[in-house]
Amino acid sequence: MCGIVGIFIKDPALEPELGKHLAAMLEVMTDRGPDSAGFAVYGAGSADTTKVTVRLAAGASADAVVSGLSEALGEPVSSTVRGSHVVLSLPADRLEDGLTALGRIAPDATVASIGSRMEVYKEVGLPADVAKAFGLASMSGTHGIGHTRMATESAVTTDGAHPYSTGSDQCLVHNGSLSNHNQVRRRLIREGITFRTENDTEVAAGYLSWRLRQGDKLDDALRASLDDLDGFYTFVVGTDTGFGVLRDAIGCKPAVMAETDQYVAFGSEYRALSVLPGIEKARVFEPDPATVYFWDRAE
Amino acid sequence: MNTIPTSQTVDLATVSLRELNQSLHRLGDRTNLSHWRILNPRGAHALACGLDADVTVEVDGDAGYYCAGMNKRATVIVHGNVGIGVAENMMSGRVYVKGDASQAAGATGQGGLLVVDGNTSGRCGISMKGIDIVVKGSIGPMSAFMAQAGSLVVFGDAGDALGDSIYEARLFVRGTVKSLGADCIEKPMKDQHRAELYAKLKEAGVAGEVDVGEFKRYGSARTLYNFHVDNASAY
Repeated sequence: MCGIVGIFIKDPALEPELGKHLAAMLEVMTDRGPDSAGFAVYGAGSADTTKVTVRLAAGASADAVVSGLSEALGEPVSSTVRGSHVVLSLPADRLEDGLTALGRIAPDATVASIGSRMEVYKEVGLPADVAKAFGLASMSGTHGIGHTRMATESAVTTDGAHPYSTGSDQCLVHNGSLSNHNQVRRRLIREGITFRTENDTEVAAGYLSWRLRQGDKLDDALRASLDDLDGFYTFVVGTDTGFGVLRDAIGCKPAVMAETDQYVAFGSEYRALSVLPGIEKARVFEPDPATVYFWDRAE
Repeated sequence: MNTIPTSQTVDLATVSLRELNQSLHRLGDRTNLSHWRILNPRGAHALACGLDADVTVEVDGDAGYYCAGMNKRATVIVHGNVGIGVAENMMSGRVYVKGDASQAAGATGQGGLLVVDGNTSGRCGISMKGIDIVVKGSIGPMSAFMAQAGSLVVFGDAGDALGDSIYEARLFVRGTVKSLGADCIEKPMKDQHRAELYAKLKEAGVAGEVDVGEFKRYGSARTLYNFHVDNASAY
């Protein structure tokens, strides 16, 4: 099954409440995905700083990682610890050095996301517990997407939880199951894309990363996935300026959207939208199958 | 006799969905509580499902999946949108949706009437078996897939693959049909069909809202049946 939620804020006055609303939407989707949850929040950031969100190995010390990294880079690295994750703010021109040093200092840590604004958090457990562990309700931002997982294609692990990062400031959540993911994974590996898991969604994320690397715009990459990815899917893709929605050609997996003057929101079910302010007066609609939808701040 | 209550209001902000549905299921043939109003549905699934009583249930707000599913005799009115499978497998009675309906509206319905004031998503009337469906807006792709009996009347447009593998259901569409599914064809709209359509609209309480002369009729070309009329005597 799985549940997907997303909210894109149009009215800046609502930005401090982004996390609160995303957390409420995630919790409503517990019925669709009780085994793990994750979310991406697009918050504050600047062009000369790159945020690296790192999931630490159990029992690892965030302080040791941060001090080790500061020493390796020869300058202080600022950080924010949230539950099992730590967000490291690196000078954008020292990103490669920082990632190399991180691999040496904390070989068991996992890089969940890289971007100037995006932070990705995910963990095994009930959505409400996961949201609480990371303090989602207090996060502010312009947009965010989230996922509650009921595993069907691979194990219940944090690595199997969504969102999957598809590149800098880009991530993907998925409801459905891909039937040709092994074949696509083999082909992408030959193209130089690396995979951490046997998860089908990671293949979709890798596929989009590959298309983007080939020079596709995100909407073209999504359109191409209609031909190359076989199976049932509703995708929500986050970018630094907005989010996109794509459903498979027969609209197998549910999707409902709501738009008001203040926000555009996505939910696997209307119930997830019912917790939003002003929903009674929102324009509620279902995205058509095989059609790419985009809400973008840049436009 | 003004002291005997005939209506009941249930607020789903304070009463559980299961309690509500159980109360509705317990209604017998001789209930005085013939009118129910449901507040704060907030997209709840399986709302007013499996009713079997001559009662009217009005839902103030949006309902989730399978609202009024398996309905028998009751009238269910939703003042909002509904999720997947509204009036699925309805046997009899009436279901009115004042907003839009999601996918598979009226799926497998055996009888009764479903009226949607807004639009429906895909697969409206999939495998319908006798239900009458009137959609005042438009319907999505793959509607009336394997539709066996009953009628589907659409004031607006129909999406791709209308009536794929259709049996004997009757389809009337006023607007455009994006494409027809396998074995579904346009058929001549004769006086008898206009009369039949008018009767359906009258039954739905919407006769006069549209001109029956503006509709086209679609149905089965009967080339996909395993059954052939020449073999009728073999059964």
